[in-house]
Amino acid sequence: MFIRRLPKFEHHTPATVAAALDLLARLGSQARILAGGTDILPAMKRRELTPGHLISLKGIAGLKVISVDDREIRLGALATLGEMERSQLVRQHLPVLWNALQVMASPQIRTLATIGGNICSAVPSADTAPPLIALQASAKLLGTGSERSVPLEDFFTGPKESVLRADEILAEIVITRPPAHSGGVYIKLMRRNAMELALVGVAVQLRLDASLKFCEQATIALGAVAPTPIRAPEAEAMLVGREINEPLAVAAGKAAAKICRPRSNSIRASVEYRRSMVEILTRRAILEAFQSVSR
Amino acid sequence: MKQEEITLKVNGINYLVNVEPRRTLVEVLRETLGLMGTKVSCNEGECGACTVLMDGRPAASCLVLAIDAQQQEIVTIEGMSAGEKLHPIQEAFLKHGAIQCGFCTPGMVMSTKALLDDNPHPTALEVRQGISGNLCRCTGYQQIVDSVLAVSQKAAGNS
Repeated sequence: MFIRRLPKFEHHTPATVAAALDLLARLGSQARILAGGTDILPAMKRRELTPGHLISLKGIAGLKVISVDDREIRLGALATLGEMERSQLVRQHLPVLWNALQVMASPQIRTLATIGGNICSAVPSADTAPPLIALQASAKLLGTGSERSVPLEDFFTGPKESVLRADEILAEIVITRPPAHSGGVYIKLMRRNAMELALVGVAVQLRLDASLKFCEQATIALGAVAPTPIRAPEAEAMLVGREINEPLAVAAGKAAAKICRPRSNSIRASVEYRRSMVEILTRRAILEAFQSVSR
Repeated sequence: MKQEEITLKVNGINYLVNVEPRRTLVEVLRETLGLMGTKVSCNEGECGACTVLMDGRPAASCLVLAIDAQQQEIVTIEGMSAGEKLHPIQEAFLKHGAIQCGFCTPGMVMSTKALLDDNPHPTALEVRQGISGNLCRCTGYQQIVDSVLAVSQKAAGNS
């Protein structure tokens, strides 16, 4: 596979979201959105994609903002993985997402890559997806004259497929502020220590009661073990109202392993291995999430 | 393809150039500005040979369109030395045998600069994380890690 120079394209730099949507509507299937470029530019170099037009969102300052108020945390779609990794807000309020940022790609990619791009590329192993699903985040999608909010767990429809319409842009990710006594952990299994897709990704977000012993709410999301990132509702239900301990985490791990359906033709890991790792890493993530809150 | 007139600020110098939108930053640095220190290896952002600093952060210059690199401070390996005087990172690499074929070295030095500017006294693990986006096929990395630790310790000794 010979990596070549980029093919020719027309480059557009709309100054506003409205201008970007207008371009999308006019150019239709000939156009692609350019955010960080770390997915689309290699694909264009390989000639997997040859859009006649690139609509760059880099000039739209409003799309980069990371903000918090009493109710919500909002991550602009063009916020880079590196900016979010350095953000005290993300580290403090969204540790499950912060864990994921630290194990994605490399420093040189994280400087450029965006959270919007990671979500819209929609690969089953996307590392920001399980944490955002565990946080019950929503994606704000803007179209010409339309605006809708889609929960992340409903966003993905298949490998590299999502509900994002051709005339829409993902503008921001919205997360309800986790309440007190909440915390989470993301564990990514790789064959090496960096620069790899997840073989298995497990995100667990817990809310404990005031005594810090009983689980009041649990969300568990798995990546790279199904055509899309998925939740593990049976495993979650096992934890609610119970005291988190090793036997309970072991049982929840088994339940999570049962619902995953890894691809059978992967060159990177077998079905049996991934299923086995889901069981172990779900157990580990539950216990680590519990410790991170109850410490 | 229509060319655009852009300004790139590289190693403190403003360059006014005409480029097609499809030219990546590494292509323009090497072929238009003649700054050959930054290397093209995998050309898809996986190897780190093309690493430059953009506003102090390490970036894969093979994945940045040159027209998108405006209004940022770009530093390449050429910007590390001051004339004949090498940067302490470069001196440490020489002293500790961190350079064999030398092809990964510019990228390694830029990643090291970014790491130490952010974290002046990294642990060995943090050094390895800092260069996790840079591949070296020659050294086995240990001499590179030793060099970075040596620079940070020397700086600690001086402060």
